[in-house]
Amino acid sequence: MSRYLNFIAEKNQVKYLIITIAFIIFSFFWIYPLLWVLSASFKTDFEIWGGLGLIPDRLVWENFERAWFGANMGRYFFNTLIITVVSVIIVVVTTGMFGYVIGRYSFPGKKILIGILISTIFIPQGYTIIPVFDLLNNLNISKNLIGLTLATAGHTPVIYILLFAGYFSRVPVELEEAAKMDGAGFVRTFISIMLPLTKPVVATVSILQVLHAWNDFLLPVVITLGNPDIRTLSVGVYAFKGEYFVDWSGMAAASVITILPIIVLFLFMQKYFVEGVQGAVKG
Amino acid sequence: MHKKPLSKQIYDARWCYLFVLPCSILTGMFVIYPIGMSWYFSLLDWSGFTKEAKFIGLQNYYEAVNDEFFWDAFIRSFIFMFGTVPVKIVLGFIIAVFLNNQVLKLAPFFRTVIFMPVVTAIAIIGIVMTFVFSPFNGPANKFLMSTNLTSAPIDFLGNPDTVLPTVMGVYVWKWLGITMMYWLAALQTVPQDVYDAAKIDGAEGYRLWVHIILPIVLPFAIVIILVEAVGALNVFPLIETMTAGGPFFSSEVMEIYIFRTAFVTDSGTMPRLGYACAAGVFWGVAVLFITVLQGLWMRRTRRI
Repeated sequence: MSRYLNFIAEKNQVKYLIITIAFIIFSFFWIYPLLWVLSASFKTDFEIWGGLGLIPDRLVWENFERAWFGANMGRYFFNTLIITVVSVIIVVVTTGMFGYVIGRYSFPGKKILIGILISTIFIPQGYTIIPVFDLLNNLNISKNLIGLTLATAGHTPVIYILLFAGYFSRVPVELEEAAKMDGAGFVRTFISIMLPLTKPVVATVSILQVLHAWNDFLLPVVITLGNPDIRTLSVGVYAFKGEYFVDWSGMAAASVITILPIIVLFLFMQKYFVEGVQGAVKG
Repeated sequence: MHKKPLSKQIYDARWCYLFVLPCSILTGMFVIYPIGMSWYFSLLDWSGFTKEAKFIGLQNYYEAVNDEFFWDAFIRSFIFMFGTVPVKIVLGFIIAVFLNNQVLKLAPFFRTVIFMPVVTAIAIIGIVMTFVFSPFNGPANKFLMSTNLTSAPIDFLGNPDTVLPTVMGVYVWKWLGITMMYWLAALQTVPQDVYDAAKIDGAEGYRLWVHIILPIVLPFAIVIILVEAVGALNVFPLIETMTAGGPFFSSEVMEIYIFRTAFVTDSGTMPRLGYACAAGVFWGVAVLFITVLQGLWMRRTRRI
């Protein structure tokens, strides 16, 4: 249920109109850089620097061809997709299991475990990146997608765990007892009774992890320094800028390839994005 | 109730331990272990690419605190924080207050638009912004010149005086949607009857907000400030892709400094992972210190 604090009265049409128009202008400026890069990806280089207009003279699809094949964005796209999907699965399963026992059971050492976890919540990525790089090297998984995927899944899990634990702790005990009566063990109760109930949390956590994995930069840029083959999209566009710095339209197309999937996902699943983000301060 | 012996308790909870294991291993490998190791690495003279590492005690720390660039980057990180967080908090609050009006039919649309940059890859934002703020016909300069706000193009990212404010502006733009969402969540906790009662009593305008609403959302405000403050210290991707710390190190914040000493071999020198770790540990402790201070402040305010 939503609460609204309406200080704009319905009767006061002038005030209403002024606020709406002000927000429309503000929104246009706000979104302009994103519209600009979208339109630039369909323009010629000459046209990009020609004016502020957003409608291209004709759609130059070749920009995407150059980015996808020439600059290897096609490969980076699938790298990013694999890293994202696999890390989402890892994160949902591991934090779901963790959140389940934290939310519903008490056992010796629980408090210490939670304490250690909470203390990692504000660890900056810049602080852990060097040992992570070294660890992957020592395990011999720094040159393929396995290492990058694991490290992408292995950031601090506190918010995910709190989301799961909070949800699991509200599931009525009767459900669990009924399952036990039916002879379901610990694992079966979790998989067949509990997990299906938490679909909204699974969605929220998945979305947060997609956002993290798809948009991460520091980790992939460090891990792929000597390995262009396993670059992600963000790193790929950054390298593109260094290598073909005069191909503006190609770079715009590469940028669009990177950001469009997430924006589309966001437009369709906005509710879960919002819940995930707000979960951070509500907990 | 009779308490079971510890061994029995642990045995009964064997499934619990099994369930926390996968996540614990992952966090142990990629969060806990690296924290410990960076302390150890910081005591080594080590390039990171060979096995040769020499234990040199606190020498890296000694070198860091005597490096002018280190302190410049350190202070710049805090300038960045103090310059962006208040703007985001205030602007985010104002927008949330407007968009929390049921009467405003387009509110969901505005909310979506303002949130859009948040879901966009930060590295891409950085790269695109180097075009937007380009002195050679970039859209920002084009707009300023066509409206006669300036007569000559401004080299936003090439001038040491304008580069940091420009990056800070982009940072606020990129993440304001999150702050707005935090505030919208906070406003949801204001009970409708309190609000209605205050209005009936004739509380209007700023009095309503300062005396009724603000005290209710204050506990949220502190959490928001804490999250925002730590966030503003982690700005590596944006600055690396927009300026890489330049020009002449004038936008080099702490994370860029660490990255540069660890991995970027600009003058043909060997990378120095040991030294970078020392800088990183120093930085991590500073951030932790601030977090703890704010945490204490939060507890005190919540008790009142």
